[in-house]
Amino acid sequence: MSFAWPWQYSFPPFFTLQPNGETRQKQLSAWCALALAYSQRHRLPAMTVREAQDSPLFANRRLQRKLPLESIQVVLEELRKNGNLEWLDKNKTSFLIMWRRPEEWGKLIYQWVSKNGLTNSVFTLYELASGDDTENEEFHGLDETMLLRALQALQQEHKAEIITLDDGRGVKFF
Amino acid sequence: MDRFAWTSGLLELGETLVVQQRGVRLYDGEEKVKFDSGVLLLSTHRLIWRDQKNHECCIAIPLSQVVFIEEQAAGIGKSAKIVVHLHPASSNKEPGPFQSSKYSYIKLSFKEHGQIEFYRRLSEEITQRRWENMPTSQTIQVNKDSQAGRIRAVGIVGIERKLEEKRKETDKNISEAFEDLSKLMEKAKEMVELSKSIANKIKEKQGDITEDETIRFKSYLLSMGIANPVTRETYGSGTHYHMQLAKQLAGILQTPLEERGGIMSLTEVYCLVNRARGLELLSPEDLVNACKMLESLKLPLRLRIFDSGVMVIELQSHNEEEMVASALETVSEKGSLTADEFAKLVGMSVLLAKERLLLAEKMGHLCRDDSVEGLRFYPNLFLTQS
Repeated sequence: MSFAWPWQYSFPPFFTLQPNGETRQKQLSAWCALALAYSQRHRLPAMTVREAQDSPLFANRRLQRKLPLESIQVVLEELRKNGNLEWLDKNKTSFLIMWRRPEEWGKLIYQWVSKNGLTNSVFTLYELASGDDTENEEFHGLDETMLLRALQALQQEHKAEIITLDDGRGVKFF
Repeated sequence: MDRFAWTSGLLELGETLVVQQRGVRLYDGEEKVKFDSGVLLLSTHRLIWRDQKNHECCIAIPLSQVVFIEEQAAGIGKSAKIVVHLHPASSNKEPGPFQSSKYSYIKLSFKEHGQIEFYRRLSEEITQRRWENMPTSQTIQVNKDSQAGRIRAVGIVGIERKLEEKRKETDKNISEAFEDLSKLMEKAKEMVELSKSIANKIKEKQGDITEDETIRFKSYLLSMGIANPVTRETYGSGTHYHMQLAKQLAGILQTPLEERGGIMSLTEVYCLVNRARGLELLSPEDLVNACKMLESLKLPLRLRIFDSGVMVIELQSHNEEEMVASALETVSEKGSLTADEFAKLVGMSVLLAKERLLLAEKMGHLCRDDSVEGLRFYPNLFLTQS
């Protein structure tokens, strides 16, 4: 099934940052929603701003419109404010779009843990993300960076602790 | 012709070339001399003539030798000439082509034209006497034996020395030039202080001087470029003149405004009004000042200034915000429009069309598409859809 672009994607003004405040708010919300949906569908890995400029997400070839660099940065900042984006370096050249926030992932993982009475057990990261037991879970196949972020969020809430094992890292749930 | 001296033709330090002209023949007084075809060069210091066929043959005369110059118009078979009257040759003059001459003037004959420009430049140089400000060594280079006279600077040291001298000269010239300017600025400061104190006196003594006098003072201040210093009263910031003018404008502009949909840019008004007046044209400042009073005088027109700074005159009955609604309809019908297209459709000037579209955008009815293809306006689906 091909990706369902929202109506805004075919609307030329979508690719010009609107000066009118109210209009701009609506526009940015639409951009954020699109970025998250696209990132989820295409399992977007971390990317650089340069790559983002050329990605179909921000450049609609058929319409011959691209979101200019400054506007892309406004969208990225908006995503970051909402907790859906993380800059991977100090110079803000690469970023990761988290269509689901780490806290949300953490919640799903913990739900599975408690539902199956697995508190006080220890897991390796591999087992969690790729083990047979978690095959039907949404977080199955989650990439390690995101998984770690999720567990860190749980750690903040004292529901888990990330530990070092012989051959990698693991987590203990409380 | 005995005032001329042989020269290498090279310019001295501090001497600059002003203009040159080919095809010039020299006359000693009324008599032709063998210098019949050359390039005549005018520098800040000298008049130089170089033979076009034999570049080694080059003579020059310092401009300080010139008493005055005249033009001699061309005739049939005769080229235009410049007559240069000269001081007697100085005793220490360098050797030249003629030892003596019975004439105290020479003629420059312009066989290939160019005399008008040359005459102009030569007059300028003689008036300005730039050679006095930029002293170069007075001795003119002798053709073959070059040792006498100027210190011929050699090598890098020489070049550096020349550059240093040139820099010092430039510095001196610049500070001299600006001396006058700083004196002028001081005077201007005094003038502003004076007018400020007058303005304050007016403010204090409001009761004592009559309104007429206040208005007259204000107009003096206005003519000096200082806007109204007194607090705004019922008549706003105008003078009698501007009040009258405003009333006049209301009369003149009523019909044209109605013809143009109730709104005109201030530049259109300016052209219209001045064309109608013929003589006694209005200055832009007077127009603006008069227009600023329109509303307070309760006249049927008003001045409106858009966010972009564009100024227009509107009929009181005109409501730009309502026009925006109709603009939205027009844009929706066509899907999208540029300011140009909109202007053509509605029959407005592009400037006013753009202002209307921008106003519509500000009100949230339209949104923009800014690309290499230009600026287009669309109905604001961001707010109306989803």
